[in-house]
Amino acid sequence: MLELQNISFQISDEKSAQKEIIKDISLTIDDNQFVAITGPNGGGKSTLAKLIMGIEQPTSGKLLFNGTDITHMSITERARLGISFAFQQPVRFKGIKVKDLITLASGSQLTTAGACDYLSKVGLCARDYINRDVDGSLSGGELKRIEIATIIARNTPLSVFDEPEAGIDLWSFNNLIKVFEELHDTSNNSLIIISHQERILNIADEIVVIAGGTIQSKGPRKDILPGLLSGTGSCRFYQ
Amino acid sequence: MDAIQKNLLEQVAGLHEMPTGAFNIRANGQSVGRSTTAHIDIVTKDEKQGIDIVIKPGTKKESVHIPVVLSQSGLTEMVYNDFHVGDDCDVTIVAGCGIHNSGAKDSRHDGIHTFYIGKNSHVKYVEKHYGSGEGTGERIMNPQTIIHMEENSYLEMETVQIKGVDSTKRATSAVLADGAKLVVTEKLMTHGKQYAETSFHVDLNGAGSSANVISRAVARDDSRQLFLAKMNGNNKCAGHSECDAIIMDNAKISAIPEITANSLDAELIHEAAIGKIAGEQIVKLMTLGLTEAEAEAQIVNGFLK
Repeated sequence: MLELQNISFQISDEKSAQKEIIKDISLTIDDNQFVAITGPNGGGKSTLAKLIMGIEQPTSGKLLFNGTDITHMSITERARLGISFAFQQPVRFKGIKVKDLITLASGSQLTTAGACDYLSKVGLCARDYINRDVDGSLSGGELKRIEIATIIARNTPLSVFDEPEAGIDLWSFNNLIKVFEELHDTSNNSLIIISHQERILNIADEIVVIAGGTIQSKGPRKDILPGLLSGTGSCRFYQ
Repeated sequence: MDAIQKNLLEQVAGLHEMPTGAFNIRANGQSVGRSTTAHIDIVTKDEKQGIDIVIKPGTKKESVHIPVVLSQSGLTEMVYNDFHVGDDCDVTIVAGCGIHNSGAKDSRHDGIHTFYIGKNSHVKYVEKHYGSGEGTGERIMNPQTIIHMEENSYLEMETVQIKGVDSTKRATSAVLADGAKLVVTEKLMTHGKQYAETSFHVDLNGAGSSANVISRAVARDDSRQLFLAKMNGNNKCAGHSECDAIIMDNAKISAIPEITANSLDAELIHEAAIGKIAGEQIVKLMTLGLTEAEAEAQIVNGFLK
């Protein structure tokens, strides 16, 4: 499905010194696999997600998607190949309605009922939202759920979620878990979810721990999660 | 009317054929069609160019269309249209001007619309501007709107200028009596080397009067825009003006708000924001499969919708 080969990403800071955000990461995501990426803040998780979507370009290394080299492809090309990306902080638009955004995401003309189905899945009463602008009049939690609904509507082979739990405190957390379980169970699509939440880590097939721009550990959930939840794990990764 | 004039008419008034209800269609300086109803009369002015539209008190659910089209290059006209809306009416008025200039001379339409809106009347006024034609002569429109609102009247004014007008100076002034309410929404897009100036002057004289002036503007290429909004709160009233603008390419936009409270109970707010399209908006739409150009068009269209 997705292969990251020796991916590195550097930025220049104010003093023109090179800072390495991602250091030589290699990782493979299989078909129908649910991978949770976790680790301390500032460790490089979100950057890695952006590199997969093409929002950032790696300094070196290669990305393969179903065998195709996508390293130098634009965001649009990657989206059309079948990669989706849910933003940690959803973007606001003046004048674009919730229905417009979901229609654009689904790639075809949607009926109001069709758009409503996606909103219902993220726990929004569709009738109240469908004709509202995706702007500052919506709360952070509402925007976040609409963001997740656009990813469900896209229904692509690979979906990347950057901290989907952040800001959705108004919505019962159970529903979010259910959405991911359903996405995982009812299709052959793969999921990459960046999360700090134990309950999301708890439903992943694999867990990857990233800190300081490198993979600290990775493996099946049952092997990785206990270490994360124990004191030593916290000390090691969150110091 | 020829095909060019019919196209202009469709652009500015959404008309494919003669409308129902009262109308007056002006093409190249002449009236080419007029209809009145039992409640709405249209009378040609004697002393100057223009018409008086007289709407009897109590007229409900009727409409008046008074579009203007110019397809003769070099034509310049100054037209005075006065709307006398009686008390207790509920009407829709559709104006608008389309200029097609395929010649080298400037074509220009200056219209002064004066509204006298009676007590408790509800008026929706729509005005669209459109320009077309490949000529080097400019398409110029300078609309002026003067509004007198009596007690508890309501005016919803919608102005749209999206394409093809080289130069425009729009001046709107309004005086509101007790309980009157004015809502203005302006949609404006300039491109090429166009220049557009919009100014509002609102006097909130009446107790409980309110005004909400909202401008959404996009300036692209080398175009320039100036937005002026002056609001005077002279009584217990509520006023809000908002200029929200996107600049692209080498365009320039200025927004100059002025709010004056002459009464302790006046509540006035002005908001203005000018900026380019946020990069993250483009990125979000690209992650949905749109190209950068498609994303930009979607954002601009949505913004001006």
